[in-house]
Amino acid sequence: MSDARTALDEQDAPAPVAVPASTVTAVPDGPAGPATAVDVRGVSKVFTTKAGTVTALDDVHLRIAAGEFVSLIGPSGCGKSTLLRLVADLDEPSSGEIEVFGRSPRVAREAQDYGIAFQQAGLLPWRTVAANVELPLELHGVGRRERAARAADLLALVGLTDFARHFPHQLSGGMQQRVAIARSLAERPSLLLMDEPFGALDEMTRERMQTELVRLCAETGAAVVFVTHSIPEAVFLSQRVVVMSPRPGRITQVVPVDLARTAERTDDLREDAAFFAAVTAVREALHGGTPATARGVDVR
Amino acid sequence: MSSAPAPAGAVRSSARRAARSAGWAAAAVVLLVVLWEVVKAVVPDTGWHVGEASVLPRTDDVAMPHVWDVVTRLGQPETSAAGAPTVLGAMLQAGWFTLRVAAAGWVLGVVGGGLAAVLMARWRVAESALLPWVVLSQTVPLVALAPLVVGWGGRIEIGAFAWQKWMSVALIASYLAFFPVAVGMLKGLQSPTTAQVELFRAQAASWGRTLVSLRLPASVPYLLPALRLAAATAVVGAIVAEVSTGTRGGVGRLVIAYAQAASGDPAKPWAAILAAAVLGLVAAGLVTLLGLGLGRYRHAEVS
Amino acid sequence: MSATSGTAGAAGTAVTAGTAPRRRASLARLGRLLAPVLLGVAVLVAWQALVVGADLPPYLLPSPTAIAEQLREVVPLVWSAALATGANVLVGLLVGAATAVLAAVVAARSRMVDGLLSPTAAAVSVMPIVALAPALNTLFGTTSTTPRRLVVAVVVFAPVFVTTLRGLRQVQPVHRDLMRAYAATGAQTTRTVTIPGALPYLFTGLRIASSTGVIAAVVAEYFGGLQNGLGSRITSAAANSAYARAWAFVLGAIVLGLVFYLATAAVERVVARRHGTVPDVT
Repeated sequence: MSDARTALDEQDAPAPVAVPASTVTAVPDGPAGPATAVDVRGVSKVFTTKAGTVTALDDVHLRIAAGEFVSLIGPSGCGKSTLLRLVADLDEPSSGEIEVFGRSPRVAREAQDYGIAFQQAGLLPWRTVAANVELPLELHGVGRRERAARAADLLALVGLTDFARHFPHQLSGGMQQRVAIARSLAERPSLLLMDEPFGALDEMTRERMQTELVRLCAETGAAVVFVTHSIPEAVFLSQRVVVMSPRPGRITQVVPVDLARTAERTDDLREDAAFFAAVTAVREALHGGTPATARGVDVR
Repeated sequence: MSSAPAPAGAVRSSARRAARSAGWAAAAVVLLVVLWEVVKAVVPDTGWHVGEASVLPRTDDVAMPHVWDVVTRLGQPETSAAGAPTVLGAMLQAGWFTLRVAAAGWVLGVVGGGLAAVLMARWRVAESALLPWVVLSQTVPLVALAPLVVGWGGRIEIGAFAWQKWMSVALIASYLAFFPVAVGMLKGLQSPTTAQVELFRAQAASWGRTLVSLRLPASVPYLLPALRLAAATAVVGAIVAEVSTGTRGGVGRLVIAYAQAASGDPAKPWAAILAAAVLGLVAAGLVTLLGLGLGRYRHAEVS
Repeated sequence: MSATSGTAGAAGTAVTAGTAPRRRASLARLGRLLAPVLLGVAVLVAWQALVVGADLPPYLLPSPTAIAEQLREVVPLVWSAALATGANVLVGLLVGAATAVLAAVVAARSRMVDGLLSPTAAAVSVMPIVALAPALNTLFGTTSTTPRRLVVAVVVFAPVFVTTLRGLRQVQPVHRDLMRAYAATGAQTTRTVTIPGALPYLFTGLRIASSTGVIAAVVAEYFGGLQNGLGSRITSAAANSAYARAWAFVLGAIVLGLVFYLATAAVERVVARRHGTVPDVT
């Protein structure tokens, strides 16, 4: 399974140099340096179900630099969420290795190196908005006063200061998702793992949230692994878009997005010619139409 | 969850689950027997009191006979009179009697509850007027009325029809079966989604057509647990009614008569309890059998 | 109903357009509240008319006025009997619920305990538990309240156990993932996610159990034993052909059932509101 790696290598060359730290090495193997946030080496994941075995991921290689924004995109069943869950140590790979900031995912999880957000906000309905944001801090023994101060900062960051004492069911879906994102930032992680966090939102809310996320990432400087179904979303947010295909889940191509510095991306960008060009590039990669792909991708 | 017809594998796995469940239930019975004998061996014969209240039971042979004594007693004649049936025979006879009366009450209650549910689903006024009373009556001990229906036995005669005592019993049983069916079925009739209802509306389907093709099939997952509950309450109602009406021949009578014989024949009360417990299980089991043929309507069964 | 909406429509044309729908809505709400009351009054009036008109003998059905008259006479007796039965319900409810919660917590952790208890609870829920009453009288003595309280406790156990176990099991996958991502310990997960999530279920089970508990407590008295509760009073009044008086005690039993239902339903609502969820348990 060398084509994915080839694709990766080819696409690595024109990687954007927006953030100085995000030098994307073209060497898929070898020790990961401190500037690497996530290093995935030859990872496969096989699930055993009643119907037999399903290969969710097959020999996946991916390196994400510190501070880099990478999206994983592909049709349902291509293993993008599985890959994210492996990085988060919510599941274990069947074979291959993963490192998060040079440590095993388990150690990284226990050290709270990453923050995480899912498609469902997953707020605890019996806790106020502020108490939900404080949850990870509370679990890790941060004092009451410090927690309150941090939650206030984070709610200001996502623009929900006035709703601190509300309960989740009093909030709209977009507001709940903003609380979930604030919560994922509580521990000041240098890596954010996001599994379709805007998947259940309407298009308008979604675009606003994307703009907000770009700003948040610029402020925190965290690396982001962002799973999505949406091509424009991936292009708007990322420095690199990792295109995956199902049965078995593989990386077919990595598309660099050569747009403005991530921090400077605004809504105007959505109407920019370069934006459309990048969208087209990702779409063609998804449909397996570019000469860059070594083989066709089955997208049904 | 899937809408595909259940494949053979699913049927087999549900059969395996049922078998495993039955195995656990058997283990629970064994455990109960062991617990019984341990309590009997450990707790003093006079029981244990905290102040006035007795906390642990008397465990002498009169109050708490050995399990094997109860089992042997089942095979022996009920009384010393010549030609008396065995205790087991008496239990079966009484169980059969009560089961029939409870079934009569159940049918009556289910028909009435179903009609009430359709009525409430059809007219909002009927729902707002009736439902609070139906819900209310589920929460209050209406079975307390049982002793008051006693008086009807042998006193009402309308032409050739004479009110029998067992009819009082069946009436009380039906009364208890009515409420869970009315509530459960109404919930089921109202369970189709707006999209489904609007689909029928868009096809200009009549209310009756919508009822038959949409609401009734959709109510099955709600109806079956309600029917099971109704069977259980019908049995409770029948036994309680037998006790308070003094109706002979049923399990209720057996419970009282055998309890009175306890001092001389300590195994008897427990035999009667066994009969009552098995009767409840049989009634619920029969209703569960009814549901077996309705597999395809039962995707989202609620309990 | 058509008459009411007709008036609302006529009023709507007279006043400004904005208030018309609101007025119609409030009229509809009034109708919804009034309908059961009207039905109740209608049934009472019909009952009275039937008894008086058809000259029904009291053993068949005493009239509401006769019952009210009797009730006025025996109110202190109804009160003391209701207290005795109510105490049985309360103790049985607390003991049964506490045992059930404990059992559910253990069953949620142990497959074996779950395997033993779940079918048992399912079986108990369809068995006529009151039949235990006479045997329990032999075990604990006929002058003891323990048999009745035990009957209530057993009846209460099944629904509370089943709902609480379901509550303990319903932890959403996203919450489980989140707690794992936070590297939360088992105790932390139990404290922050499992128990708060299960509480509404527990109280729903308690609300269901309170009704069946009251019924069991009253009915258990039909099977002999102490003669101080509502059930015993109903049977003895009926046996003395004092039918209107028996109905007065039945009324007391109904009020007792309502008190327990409303109390547990209120607690359930408070908990459900605080926890933002209402479990769908019928």
